[in-house]
Amino acid sequence: MTALTLRLRESPPVSIDASTLSPPRLAGLTRARIEALELELGNRSVRVGELFDVSGDDWDNVVVENATERLMHLGAGMETGTLEVHGDAGAYLGSGMRAGRISVSGNAGIFAGCEMESGTIEIGGNVGDWLGAALPGNKQGMRGGFIHVRGHAGDRVADRMRRGVVLIERNAGAYLGSCMLAGTVIVKGGIGPQPGFGLKRGTLLLLGESRLPETFNDCGRHELLFLTLLERELRARGGLEALLPLPRCVRRYCGDLATGGKGEILLDAAR
Amino acid sequence: MIVNGVAIDDTFAEAFGMRATRIIITALESKWALHAANTATGFATSVIACGCEAGIERELTPEETPDGRPGVAILLFAVSSKELAKQVERRVGQCVLTAPTTACFAGMEGEPIALGRNLRFFGDGFQNSKMIGGRRYWRVPVMDGEFLCEETTGMVKAVGGGNFFVLARSQREALAAVEAAIAAMRRVRGAIMPFPGGIVRSGSKVGSKYKGLVASTNDAFCPTLRGATRSELTPEVGTVLEIVIDGVTDSDVREAMRSGLRAVCDLGMSRGILRISAGNYGGKLGQYHYKLRELLA
Repeated sequence: MTALTLRLRESPPVSIDASTLSPPRLAGLTRARIEALELELGNRSVRVGELFDVSGDDWDNVVVENATERLMHLGAGMETGTLEVHGDAGAYLGSGMRAGRISVSGNAGIFAGCEMESGTIEIGGNVGDWLGAALPGNKQGMRGGFIHVRGHAGDRVADRMRRGVVLIERNAGAYLGSCMLAGTVIVKGGIGPQPGFGLKRGTLLLLGESRLPETFNDCGRHELLFLTLLERELRARGGLEALLPLPRCVRRYCGDLATGGKGEILLDAAR
Repeated sequence: MIVNGVAIDDTFAEAFGMRATRIIITALESKWALHAANTATGFATSVIACGCEAGIERELTPEETPDGRPGVAILLFAVSSKELAKQVERRVGQCVLTAPTTACFAGMEGEPIALGRNLRFFGDGFQNSKMIGGRRYWRVPVMDGEFLCEETTGMVKAVGGGNFFVLARSQREALAAVEAAIAAMRRVRGAIMPFPGGIVRSGSKVGSKYKGLVASTNDAFCPTLRGATRSELTPEVGTVLEIVIDGVTDSDVREAMRSGLRAVCDLGMSRGILRISAGNYGGKLGQYHYKLRELLA
């Protein structure tokens, strides 16, 4: 069996909802049925066959080739299998995802991994704002799973995040972990202003340059054992060498004191 | 059956179904993991009055522990799931949480019972949880930093009460034999010998002449009562010592008993070992029977 491959002929003129193009939604469909599926393109419908060349027969492993940022909602609500995106992904990549694995070779748009419950998202390039966040008006963002971004991330990463791990190899924007409820975010590069704004619980491990808000209090240098466990888990996952090893000794800041102060920002004490 | 001059009684040990869990205790240095493990498994010789039977299974190298520090694996056995959960919580709470630099992890898969789930409240609201690799851990702030404890440990059906008696000419000879047996049995994973040093000198029978006592001295094996009761002992027997074994599985108990019996027989009659016997209740109470002669066949 070969991966079910959807090769985009040319980027559509406006964004389309591509949530249909993920493993569980295509399971059991013949090539003809897949080509006949309708996608929303602006104010009209368009068939998959009009936009994509379809080949392969392994519904559990879907590959989207020549992808562009016009393909929104890729892997949204995914429950199983793998989705490999060659190129860029639009907004809402893997939103509400429940299981499986999504990898994007290029960049991803805003709200990637928003409100996901489990599974893995790997983004080779940069990602927009609201990574792993909650949708506007909702109370909880990412509720589990694992997001790994090799490039930069935008603002409001992990906003209202409830559980899970977000790893960013380069820089993150402003308001990192804003109103976060729990979970772990690790950023290797620098970060924008106001990290941990409204942080209730959870951990921001910042390995690069960072300036913390006044509402975080210094709790001193510590060797925290859970970081050893976390590092072992990351090593076991593989492909995360750029982020490892995690620091043995960290400087712990508790906050946001404006919202209870039960969260923490950890800085590499060796810096 | 006679092995190396030692008579092997045609009898069997009768053991019972229990509930068990394994817990891994780690610390900055192995001595502190051992202090915690020894304390947590202290006063846990018999379910008759201790609530559970517990012991150190083995020491663990840093490569074998979840956090890469030296550790100790302990096993705890109780007669019911509820009692085991109660004992785990009390013992970890009083003996591991309190020991410097320690952390505590589940040592086996099985039906989950609380490990750090309730102990976290010691953190008085400052505790944090972390999900790592699909497992939940609690970080409880304590005066030396943080006590890291996994939320649950696994509970399995297990076997408790495997046993055998070593009948020797003298106390010294009996003690040397059971010490050799314990050294061999400690190499078997999944089994513990919960009594002091692994050895019991006060083997018991069920019931007593006194109301309310559920167990009393096993007079048939007491050498000083040879002329006063229906004794099982021949005149040359001066001392009897017992080893009790609890195991995670039936085969763990079997293997531990086999190792112990062989070690005793290796010493043989020339070292004062006369006979080996075992305790049972006629085979009507326990689900597991370990026939001595089969084990040594």
